[in-house]
Amino acid sequence: MAVSMLSAAERRRPWILLAPTLTALVLLMLVPIGIMFLYTFYKFQTSGVETADLNLGNWHEFFSDPYYHGFLWKTARVSAITALLCAVMGYPAAYFIAMTRFRHKWLLLLLLIVPFWISFTIRTFSWVHILGEKGIINATLVGLGIIDQPIQMLYTEGSVIMGMIHFLLPYMILNVYVSLDGIDRNLISAARSLGCTNWQAFKEVTLPLSLPGLGAGLLLSFVLAAGSYVTPQILGGRRDSLFGNLIFDTIMKELNWPMGTTLSIVLLVLLGVVSVIYSRYMGLSTITKGLSR
Amino acid sequence: MNETGRGWGLIRLVTFLVYLFMFAPIVVVLILSFNASQFGGFPMTGFSLHWYGELMEDESVVRAFQTSLWIGLVTSIVCTAVGTMAALALVRYEFPGKHWVNALIVGPVLVPETVLGVGLLLANRAVGMKPNFGLLLLGHILLSLPFVVLVVQARLIGVKRVYEEAALSLGANRFQTFREVTMPLIMPAMLAGMLLAFTISFDNVSASVFWRPPGVETMPTEILGMLKTSISPKVNALGALMIVITVGLPLLGGALARLRIRRQSSSNA
Repeated sequence: MAVSMLSAAERRRPWILLAPTLTALVLLMLVPIGIMFLYTFYKFQTSGVETADLNLGNWHEFFSDPYYHGFLWKTARVSAITALLCAVMGYPAAYFIAMTRFRHKWLLLLLLIVPFWISFTIRTFSWVHILGEKGIINATLVGLGIIDQPIQMLYTEGSVIMGMIHFLLPYMILNVYVSLDGIDRNLISAARSLGCTNWQAFKEVTLPLSLPGLGAGLLLSFVLAAGSYVTPQILGGRRDSLFGNLIFDTIMKELNWPMGTTLSIVLLVLLGVVSVIYSRYMGLSTITKGLSR
Repeated sequence: MNETGRGWGLIRLVTFLVYLFMFAPIVVVLILSFNASQFGGFPMTGFSLHWYGELMEDESVVRAFQTSLWIGLVTSIVCTAVGTMAALALVRYEFPGKHWVNALIVGPVLVPETVLGVGLLLANRAVGMKPNFGLLLLGHILLSLPFVVLVVQARLIGVKRVYEEAALSLGANRFQTFREVTMPLIMPAMLAGMLLAFTISFDNVSASVFWRPPGVETMPTEILGMLKTSISPKVNALGALMIVITVGLPLLGGALARLRIRRQSSSNA
């Protein structure tokens, strides 16, 4: 009797410890997402007013109106470009940090963490001073007499991508670095002693073994870029709005909750699908790697 | 590729440029904050602390700073307490559905902030309430909690169970065991988690814009509002001040901790 009572108490203990966390996540995340899903079937009357006659109107509008598809494609394109450029810039840097015999390697790693301590808003608007009409590039070029009029670089798609790369690069470099750092150096030496050139050893050994980190970095950059709306708000022009800006405007400016929640659910589902495909693909790639050995 | 040859030279150059790319804009903000000019950009017309003075007299900036500070403090304390409990459950116990609980806990990291922002605001509205301070606070707790659980969990896995078992067999109860044995061992992770939660709360803008009550600004939303008109030199001063605080404090903390460890080890020797 005493034993079974004890084990019942024992079995309850993890749930007691988890109770506050689970309550918070259910009430603050799951229930709200459920309510959002319900609202996608509501009908918009006028700003801030909607009625609960359930219908598929919002979904029909989303699937049939090219206006929304345009936003979707642009967001996908901008996020993909951002993620790829992050990889191109981040991989060599991560490789350098992982392989260097530089005595102050810790400093390079510390500098990767420092951006996370600096306010995202400040990091983003700092680009105005680089690309803007009175920014460092235009001021220099005009000062040297190379150009007469400042070049329009700010408030373009390019400046939005620049800003997003700026805040995503540390994520990319850290992910690739962790992956590269875990590679057994003997494998590279073995490839070299078996006659591989430096480049071949990199291509055949180092690069494949660092793919999980690169993949994680790409996924993270893509998902975070696709969900962002503050960067386009600060660094983009009116035509550079992304899907996140669309959601923000629909809800906070038009007060159209039914359409705003529909768009939110679309973003949530699409990014969820990207994550699932990624984990499938990465899972399969490790299997094929194992088979080909 | 070892540290020779043209390939390595190229990699070193790219790395240098990448670091330049990451830090040059931030350095520019620091420099421009001392600009005497009426305008927020180049050229520099002289060195001045004028805009820092303006900042201290700006009531709305001071109020936003206080708001962010309070929300950050409460968020970090609540998340550390609640998150450590969850981490204990996940590392020290086996129970059905653990897989799902783990997935749920990383949820707020994977769900876009825009969606979390809309969802919580809608839920608040659906129960007939206006945005209020509590909503902002609960939202920040939601955003920060997963990170505390993950950080404490990672450390707890490395702490051997035998220490706790020894305490229990010597007659300590569960709470005493935690307080006297487990907590001192995971204290670095709890502090790191607390700092991380504070940083996330203090820095959040995307979701906070949805949650803040009318008339209430946090530090990042205040900056966002200031940017809407034009880049004034005041924003540069505010940015520079924030950079010095948020980068300086953790560095100082780390340096002090290292100094203490060095002293302890030298006094032990």
